[in-house]
This record gives sequence, structure tokens and C-alpha cells, in this order.
Amino acid sequence: MKDFIIPWDDRDMGTPAKQGAPVTVTVDGFAVTVPAGTSVMRAAAEAGISVPKLCATDSVEAFGSCRLCVVEIEGRRGTPASCTTPVHEGMKVHTQSEKVKKIRRGVMELYVSDHPLDCLTCSANGDCELQDMAGAVGLRDMRYTPGENHFDPSGTGARSQSEARLRMPVGEANPRYLPKDESNPYFTYDPSKCIVCSRCVRACEEVQGTFALTIEGRGFESRVSAGMAGDDFLTSDCVSCGACVQACPTATLQEKSVAEMGVPDRSVVTTCAYCGVGCSFEAQMQGDQLVRMVPWKHGKANRGHSCVKGRFAYGYASHGDRILHPMVRDSIDEPWREVSWEEAITFAATKMRGIQEQYGRRSIGGITSSRCTNEETFLVQKMIRAVFGNNNTDTCARVCHSPTGYGLKTTFGTSAGTQDFDSVEHTDVAVVIGANPTDGHPVFGSRLKKRLRAGAKLIVIDPRRIDLLDSPHVGEAHHLALTPGTNVAVLTAMAHVIVTEGLVDEDFIRSRCDWEEFRQYAEFAADPRHSPEATALLTGVNAQALRLAARAYATGGNGAIYYGLGVTEHSQGSTTVMAIANLAMMTGNIGRPGVGVNPLRGQNNVQGSCDMGSFPHELPGYRHVSDDAAREVFEKVWGAPVDEEPGLRIPNMLDAAVEGTFRGIYIQGEDILQSDPDTKHVAAGLAAMDCVIVHDLFLNETANYAHVFLPGSTFLEKDGTFTNAERRINMVREVMKPKAGYADWEVTQLLANAMGAGWSYTHPREIMDEIAATTPSFAGVSFDLLDEKGSVQWPCNEAHPEGSPVMHVDGFVRGKGQFILTEYIATEERTGPRFPLLLTTGRILSQYNVGAQTRRTPNVVWHQEDLLEIHPHDAEVRGVKEGDWIKLASRSGETSLRATITDRVAPGVVYTTFHHPGTQANVVTSDFSDWATNCPEYKVTAVQVSPSNGPTDWQEDYAAQAAQSRRILPAAE
Amino acid sequence: MTTQAAEPAPEALAEIIEAHTHLEGPLLPILHAMQEAFGFVPGTAVPVIAKALKLTRAEVHGVISFYHDFREAPAGRHTVKICRAEACQAVGGAALSEAVLSKLGIGWGETTPDGAVTVEPVYCLGLCACAPAAMVDGKVMGRADADRLTALAGEGAA
Repeated sequence: MKDFIIPWDDRDMGTPAKQGAPVTVTVDGFAVTVPAGTSVMRAAAEAGISVPKLCATDSVEAFGSCRLCVVEIEGRRGTPASCTTPVHEGMKVHTQSEKVKKIRRGVMELYVSDHPLDCLTCSANGDCELQDMAGAVGLRDMRYTPGENHFDPSGTGARSQSEARLRMPVGEANPRYLPKDESNPYFTYDPSKCIVCSRCVRACEEVQGTFALTIEGRGFESRVSAGMAGDDFLTSDCVSCGACVQACPTATLQEKSVAEMGVPDRSVVTTCAYCGVGCSFEAQMQGDQLVRMVPWKHGKANRGHSCVKGRFAYGYASHGDRILHPMVRDSIDEPWREVSWEEAITFAATKMRGIQEQYGRRSIGGITSSRCTNEETFLVQKMIRAVFGNNNTDTCARVCHSPTGYGLKTTFGTSAGTQDFDSVEHTDVAVVIGANPTDGHPVFGSRLKKRLRAGAKLIVIDPRRIDLLDSPHVGEAHHLALTPGTNVAVLTAMAHVIVTEGLVDEDFIRSRCDWEEFRQYAEFAADPRHSPEATALLTGVNAQALRLAARAYATGGNGAIYYGLGVTEHSQGSTTVMAIANLAMMTGNIGRPGVGVNPLRGQNNVQGSCDMGSFPHELPGYRHVSDDAAREVFEKVWGAPVDEEPGLRIPNMLDAAVEGTFRGIYIQGEDILQSDPDTKHVAAGLAAMDCVIVHDLFLNETANYAHVFLPGSTFLEKDGTFTNAERRINMVREVMKPKAGYADWEVTQLLANAMGAGWSYTHPREIMDEIAATTPSFAGVSFDLLDEKGSVQWPCNEAHPEGSPVMHVDGFVRGKGQFILTEYIATEERTGPRFPLLLTTGRILSQYNVGAQTRRTPNVVWHQEDLLEIHPHDAEVRGVKEGDWIKLASRSGETSLRATITDRVAPGVVYTTFHHPGTQANVVTSDFSDWATNCPEYKVTAVQVSPSNGPTDWQEDYAAQAAQSRRILPAAE
Repeated sequence: MTTQAAEPAPEALAEIIEAHTHLEGPLLPILHAMQEAFGFVPGTAVPVIAKALKLTRAEVHGVISFYHDFREAPAGRHTVKICRAEACQAVGGAALSEAVLSKLGIGWGETTPDGAVTVEPVYCLGLCACAPAAMVDGKVMGRADADRLTALAGEGAA
């Protein structure tokens, strides 16, 4: 892809940057100093001189196949390719001479001889490197007449499609011509325009690590092939990340959106609103129409890569299901009435104040969104604390990473991951616990896979054989396939091995932690009851395998732990996080690049929503509401008292609603009915309230129980910031005006003002200034700084004016790292004769969370429904065959879905995803939760599986209720 | 290319793969062993090999399709390769090829309808001194002529 609208420093430098001692060369007489190992091509680019090229691009290593980039080097014979020739000291390069010009023209002439001359009507017109290079080398004639070729379907020597169409009936069809492959919903593969530069193949291998593409055949027979013979892009291993499309220099692999709309004319750098990786993108635009999303190569989280969701699945933003008018109704069995913003806001404010008058100040509350910006989240909790006058604020992090907050704060002193994503490039042993990065955090997954291909070892602790283990060219890997719910036992057993085999890093512990405290922990861990042999029966993990893994982590060099919801969503979630922290501290794997403890956070801004004080007990910056000094800071700025009593957590709000003491809620951008455990209990809680205000893009499942619906704005429609899993504060920029009239922060302000707040924010930058003024770890953050730096990792303050890529470098934030005893206490949720299997849940690459966005995009071609994965043995004894409808029952409820039979799960374990509301996986999950934080135990439910005929009564009743409650009356004239 | 390929049993594939996985770079030896055992590399083997070697289907397909000698379907009972390189062409190689193909009534890479003979081009057998050269079932032949080549084929077919 050509860089036609990209600023100057976004030029394609031809080959990747290198790190090495400085070397000085002259290019066309201009001296330039570059790191050793840099290619002549890149050195020239650094000097501002571009060498013509086709097969080189700076996202992949040089290949040297096109021979267009030849140069002359003094003292060297011939014309070496500048992309594959490294610089050496004193080298004198000439990029232009009669000789190389002649060669380049000859090369281009050959390329063009097997390429259609369709430029004016080609979808890459204006965005084609072949076209540019023909211009750059001054190609003026093409002397070859069409002989055997790949571009002319008519076989008559037609040079363009229109010409071929005219001649079509005359000639014999050309067997070398292959029609377009349109199987992927987002891009086309047009073999007739391919110049076989291999950029797509190399991008798939080097950048994405999927190896779905190859060049088949050889010589003139060479073609790009997705998968093997008989495959197309959709049936191949392709995960539709789009790296190949981005790498393609011609129209061969191109976004369908560009083919339909034409090339974009401006671009805005912004941040993806899907997962916690927080990729930077250029939103490439025509006016206010989004043409395509292209990952920004200077984005520090993603380094120019993306996944199928971020790059392609933005269609939900303009989906017909979006609600663009505010709506109200007096009761949930009535249809919705479309009303003006003013009426909706007044209706909501009156109801909420009315509830407070009747039931007291603490009878209402709100839920902030991990999908909205920091500024919006800050404003919602401010409204709850300063306007509602209580601390009844919570967020979806309650149901995902609240144990991370608790566990890491207790041990290290701060509620966040310790590293930046670049750190993985220095990792020697990667431990992945209860996470599935290639599906849940795909861009980080690709960066990890790259490191694994380079030789880093992998340890996976997960009940299921995740894709990472089967990734192509991944070397040594340990898989500890534990029984769901036994994380603590496994991690303590690893600690046992490290302690008893003398593998601890004593220097680190003595200098950075409390030695006496460690000694107590070591004594605890060394107890024979924690040995791998003693716990093997409980955990299902082979003792020898566990010993090998523990030794590899402790002695293999830089050890980094990455973990996900498979750690936190357990009744021992917080204990597991602390067990992880213990392992990192005792092996000295903290405080430098390549190591650390890194939660892979689920949603784009779940880190930010926690930082912004979404929790009922914590003000922004993780300061407890009972802390007088902290409250005073906010009371002064807000001019309102802050309650010193912690408020209600989401499950407590629902309990209180059922009891009748909690009656009104404002929910911004979260679908608690689908995403929270024990759906029936959530429904009962919502149904018991007098005023449920849902602020969202779509009539989500929760809105079935709402009285006020306020239309939300997408990430494309507002300014603000998201904070990703590496604490990186990234800019979100408005590329089009809010379709419903207001950005989410404006709607919150309208509601607050209708309740008497008197706020007057005119731009989110003012909200960030307030955050910076009140929250020490954000003290140095401002929109100006973010514009200048691109992004910054908190803490960003006087001590770290440019932010902090790695935390706990010279000491832990809390002073000394704290070892906590991690006694394993099994969950109350047990298997038994009635419910003999353990259900665990997860996600899939193409869908995101409850699917509200991705189900409204063509991503459904990859995942149309949630399936239950079951081991062949368990399936056979139950008479379940591939694709059968089965009933999944637990002590909480039952649902039906279809089964798929696989040995990725162990016998006794079943697995499903929760992306589709029809499945209602959370009808089945229990209401057990983490002892410290109430994070629900989604990952362990005792279930039974039996054959069934189709959806359960509950699913049918639910669908009927949902359809009933989604009726909308049009606005009265 | 008319012979119907019998699909080898999964156990047979697994056995061949298993015998080679200890090698460094086991892919080519496995492909050779498959061709040896089945006369071609079955399409069903591609995903199995890929999984066993931590490769992808595309990579294995790329290798198989790169080498002309790996077949994706069985050849005839005999394979005749006729050299089409310069030295052989200079002493009547083209005429020889033409004669053989027309006698058998097939084109390059095709197999006679009775499944007896497959004729393929080859580019230099290193026998330029006694050109035109050919190779029948792996055995080279100098000063080849159409009668000898087709006769050999005919014998085998009988």
C-alpha cells in the first residue's frame, strides 16, 4: 500500500529498522549514519533518497526478488540489490546511474508485460506501487506483445478487462487466468493483478505468524495460494488480520470497501475500541465516510499490526440496528416512545430524583463502561459521587479483572500490568495462564508468536489446548492442562519446586522484598502437601511436567507471565493473582524489559475505567473513599461532598433491587444482562427497579428491562483517551460527528445538569485536565502531551514526565514487594453425580465479548453461533454427535446449544463462548465469586450435557420477551 | 492422469510420518517416502503432515507444488521422461518427443488411457554426449528413439 496520504515520517523505509553500532555511509554524496545491519535501501531512505522497489516494505525482512532496487556501490562489482545489502563503514552508494536506470526499466517492462493495463478503472488507482514505480523508473514503452499471461481471460491478448470482455466469444479461454477470490467478506484476491512479490506471504508469516499463504508452483506457474489445493481464503488458515492486504503493492489483495468507495483522501490517527491491546489505527476517510482502518505503524502497542476486528469489523458503527433517537417508556411491557433529547433527559432526571426523595440518597447508582473513554468514565463516576451523592458506582471490570486490581495492589502496590508490549521481544520464557492471546488479544498474540519462533520457550497453564500451542514453528512448549478451578494449587506447586530445588533469586528477594516474609512463604510452599506429586490428583497435571515447567520459568532467562480471565474469574481469582506475583518476585522476574506480570485486559478501556475510579470503594487513582485527604481533593474541585461509605457493587445493587432498596440505575455502554453471571438473577434485579437508564449503541439485552434509552456514540464519533493493558493512554479522535447528536460525555453532562450539577465542559480535554489535577499518577497527562508523544504510559508525573514503560524498576511502588500465603481453597462449585462435567468459558477471534458489535458485521461468517466443545469420550457416553443440539444444565439453569467434538478439552471438561445472546451461557453459570472482589466464577461450573431437540423453554420465553420489549413507536408528528 | 487415486489409510500416513520425525528437516524425506509408498503424495496427507511437523497446509502445499516430481495423483505404470534441453534438441530431441507423444496419443504430463505410460519432460539428464536422452522408470537411456521408448512402454503394458 502506498503512503499517499500519510505524513512524511510515515514513509515506507523499505526494510525494518535495526539496532547496532552506528555506521556512516554516503548515498549519492550525502553522508548518513545508521545502525549496523541496516540495508542500503533503508540508509538511503534515512538520507531522504528513495530507491525504487516492489518486493520490499519495512514491515517484513528484505527478500531481494524484484531486482528493481539495484544500486551501484563503489569498489563492488555489479549492481547489488539495495534491500538485501547491509551497509558497512565508508560505503559509497550511487542510487542513480545510466546502468541501474536501464536495468530498472527492463525489470519494470517485464513486470508490466504480465499485468493488465487497466490503471484508470483499477481499484488501486492512486494507491498502487506498481503504477508509481513505472513512473519512477520512467517506463515509456512496453515492447512485449501479450503471449502467455495471467491477466487476460479471453486468451486473445487483450490488455484490459473491457477489451477482454469485447473479445470474449472469439478466443479460447486462457487457462492461466484465475478469477477473483471473493470468499473473504472484507477483501478480494485478484490473481490477474499479482506480481508475485511475496509481500503477502511474508506478512502472513513474519507479522501475523499464521503461515496461511504460500507461493505454489515455480517459475511462470508461481501463484499466491491460500492454504492447499482446493482452498480459498475463507477455508484456509487465514484469520483475516489484513496484514497481507496492507503489504500488497497492487490491487491484488484489496479491501472491498476501497473497491466500492475509491481511495481515501485524509486520515486521522485514533485507537481501536475492541480489546485491551489498544492498537493505534489510521481511520482513512473520504469526508465523513470511513473508507478503511489501517494500523498505524508508529502505534506503540501494535507496531503497525491489527486483527480482523480492529481493521475490518467497524461496520456496526453504521449498522441499521443503531438507535439514533432517545426513547422512554413508563413500564417495560410498553413499547418504546421516541422522544427529543430534552424530554428523555428530563424524564430520566425526574425519575431518579423522585426515587431518591422516596427511598433515600443511596437508592440509585450507575455503571461505567470499559468501552467508553477515560473522560466519559470519569464523568459518570463524578456524577454518581457528586450529583447522586453516593458511591454506588461499579464497572464491568468487576466481572473480569477486579482480582488483578486487588492482587497486584497487595503484592506490588499498583493495580496494573508491569510491562509494555515491546517487552515481549526480550522474553525468553513466556508463561500464559488462563488466557488465549491468539483469539482474545490477537495482535499481542502475533507479537508473542514472533518471539516464540525466535526461540523463546512457552508454558501454557490452561484446561484447554489453545491455538498458541499448535502455532506453526513454535518450538519448545509445556502445556499444563489443569482441571478448571485449580490454578492456585498448580502455581503453589510451581513455587514448591522453585523453593525446594533452590531456584530462587535470593539477591532480588533480599534487596526488593522482605526476606523474613519470604522465608515464611517459602516454608509454606515447601510443605510436602504443596508438591506437584501431592497435588497431581487434584489438579490433573503430571508432576514431572510441572517440575520441568517450573524449572524452565525459574532458570530460562527472562520469564514473563501473561494471564487472562482464566486466572481472575474464579472464587480464588485474587489468590491466583498473588500466587503469580509471588512466582515473579521469587525468581527476580520484575522490573526490567522481558519479564513481569501482565494481565491481558479484556476491553479497550478496562484499565482506564478502573483507573478512573469506577469502583464503589475507590476514587480515581485507586484511593479509598474513606481516605479523608483523597476525598478532600475531589470535594474541593467538585464543590460537592463525597460519601465516605463505599457504595454497592453490581451484584449487591441487584440483590438490593430485589429487596426493594435500590430502585434506579444509569448504565453506560454495558450489557449486564448478557455478560454478568446468573442471568435470571440479573433479570429479576433489573425488573424490580423503577428507572433503568441504558446508554448504548443498540437495544442490548439489558435494554429489555430499561425505561430510558439514550443513544450512544461510537469511538469514531468522539474525542478522548483509552488506556490499554500496558497502561498506555492512547488518543481517540473524532473522525465523524455523533450520529445521534451527542458524544457520550455530553449525554452524561446533560443528565447531570438536569439533576442540578451545573457542569460546563466544552471538550474532553477539559475533563482530562481535571483528572490530571486530582489524580497523582495522571498528573503530567494532557491532550497536548498525548498529541506530541502519540501516547504515554502512566504513571506520568513529575518523577516520570514521559510515562513509565516498565514499572517497579528500582523498587516496588508499595516499597517492598509483599509475599502472600496462597492457601488453596476449592470452590464450592463441585462436580457430582448430577453435574459431572466442568464447564469453562472463553472467546473466539472473530467475535468480541457479548457480540453486540461483531455480530453486526460480516465477522459472523467465522462464528455464527456458540458451540459447546466436548471431549470425544464424554460425547460418546452421552450419545452426542458432531453438530447435535445438546442441553447444558447446571444448578443455576439450563440452555441449549450445539456440540462440537474435540480433544482440545480434556475428558470431564466442556467449553463454550458467550458471544451470542441466543445461547445465554450465563444462565448456566453459578453466582459463586472471588472471595476478595466478587468477580464471578465464570470459569468453573458443574454441568451435565444431554442430547436435546433444540432451544430450551427459557430460551424461547426469553426470545419472546426480548422481541416484545424491543417494540418502538415512531415519534408523534 | 486418469487413474483413480486410492486414498491411503490414515494409519499408513501416520506410520510414514512417524518414521521420519526424528530427522532434521523431515518434510522432504516424508514426501519422498509417501511418493514411494503410494506413487503420489495424497492431498489428504497435507494437513496430517502439517500438523505433525508444526507447519501449515499452505507451507506443505508450497513445497509439494514447487517440485515437479512430487505427484498429486498417481502416474501410469511406467514413466517416460524425455529430455528437452538444448543438446538433445540439437540432435532431434524435439522430433523424438513428437513421435513418442503421437504414437501414444497423449500430451506432455498425460497418461495413456490404459494407465500404462506417463510421458513427462525433463531438462537435462547429464547424457548430452549420447543425446537424445530419456529416462524410463528411473533408468537413463542414451540415443533414445521413439520405437525403443514406446516398445518399452508397450511391453510393460502387456
